[in-house]
Amino acid sequence: MIETLLHVALLLALPPLSLGVINKVKAFFAGRNGPPLLQVYFDLWKLLRKGAVYSRTTSWVFRAGPIIGLATTLAAGLLVPLTGAAAPLAFGGDVIAFAYLLGLGRFFTMAAALDTGSSFEGMGASREATFSSLAEPALFLALAIVCIPAGAFSLTEALRALPWADWGAARPVYFIAAATLFVVLLAECSRIPVDDPNTHLELTMVHEVMVLDHSGPDLAFIVYGGAVKLFVFGALLVQLLVPVSTLDLLPGAAAMVGGQLALAALVGGVESVMARLRLVRVPQFLIGASVIATIGVAILLYRGHA
Amino acid sequence: MTAYADLILLAVLLLGVYVLATSRLGAAIRAVAVQGGLLALLPITLAARTSWDALLHVGLLSLGTLLLKAVIIPGLLLRTMRTANVRREVEPFISLHTSVLIGAVMVGVAFWMGSVLTLPRPAPATLLVPVALATLLLGFLVIVSRRKAITQVLGYLMLENGIYVFGQCLARDMPFVVELGILLDVLVGVFVMGIAIHHISREFDNIDTDELSTLRD
Repeated sequence: MIETLLHVALLLALPPLSLGVINKVKAFFAGRNGPPLLQVYFDLWKLLRKGAVYSRTTSWVFRAGPIIGLATTLAAGLLVPLTGAAAPLAFGGDVIAFAYLLGLGRFFTMAAALDTGSSFEGMGASREATFSSLAEPALFLALAIVCIPAGAFSLTEALRALPWADWGAARPVYFIAAATLFVVLLAECSRIPVDDPNTHLELTMVHEVMVLDHSGPDLAFIVYGGAVKLFVFGALLVQLLVPVSTLDLLPGAAAMVGGQLALAALVGGVESVMARLRLVRVPQFLIGASVIATIGVAILLYRGHA
Repeated sequence: MTAYADLILLAVLLLGVYVLATSRLGAAIRAVAVQGGLLALLPITLAARTSWDALLHVGLLSLGTLLLKAVIIPGLLLRTMRTANVRREVEPFISLHTSVLIGAVMVGVAFWMGSVLTLPRPAPATLLVPVALATLLLGFLVIVSRRKAITQVLGYLMLENGIYVFGQCLARDMPFVVELGILLDVLVGVFVMGIAIHHISREFDNIDTDELSTLRD
């Protein structure tokens, strides 16, 4: 019981902090002071108290988009272990459920964007669909690298079975899995170099353009859902790089929080030193990640054969 | 130590894919240079714990490989790139996306071949045979899919790197002189190609090999 409560508390409370850390790191690189660490919480609170404006051309799909987006992301967050204990929801095949819960949320975000009837938002939805369809094989192949050696199709079990004793040199495939997951994280959470979360230049926006017509609590759900998504992908990556699952409940949770903050700092660093890729280059970036993950899977299958 | 050999081989493979994915010639040349440098480390990780004689042999071979593959040849190519004034591989015969995907298929084929091929004695590192075959195939792909003569030379170098990796299987049987001979061969090859590139560039104002196929008397 206590594990579940801790998991849910971490999942609900921490995500906006990661965004705060990213913004702080970017401000540091730019030589600014930057917004306070908790600024995202203040923004969310402000948005939640506002009213929402709905266009007359929209239907229930437009209103459902942000809610389903947030709900599916939170549900996916219940599948990834955050502490030393197992995840609240763990069953055989939850790897697939994880990927498609996120896919469902994305589908409704895109449907809501199309529902506005604005060609501009339709363009954003089309770009999002293109990029996410290329990021999905990379995600699955990276998860396959984690699952195949463990012989388990549950995230909790597979992450527990990671061979920590001979992690680095002996199992180079985990480097590949971590690198691929990082690329998928950048793409799925619309960070630089795939998408710029701060851009408001019409021609280059991808994710931001889809949420232009949302306001008030709906926008709060979208911002919060985006933060949770970053946190959930970050949790997978931290589990892969830090032996969280071998620790007890509280040390595990502490290691996870530390790992998440370090990861947020890394994302902020990447955003500061890299430029956005041109739109035509993004598919190549994502295909490259899939190809690298394919090589990882090939190595695993080869070892299984040898 | 063989664990590190696998790590090095993996990096070699990923660099090969990177050469396939990039359109910048400078980046591709540097990637092949790093590949060569990593290959120089390979004999050290595979050998070790033998006699002083063997250690000297391995050390000299590594040093020679490092100088040739990571310093001299890339230096020559970078110079040629500057004198011929090309920076990018524009419009390769096969687009970069497609060639990366074909490359992935080739890596898969290499791993499959590695698992069905039985060597007279087991390879010293798990990934040695598949990575050797994959680097070989990726080199072929670069040679046939690119227009610029410099990139084709790079493909040739990757091909040679693949042969070098495969040679590590037989490192204990292959005499020193043969290895030196191979290294010298490559150097001469690159020299000749460097001169050829220079001439092509002077005749046609660029080094697009496609121009050569339209020659007529």
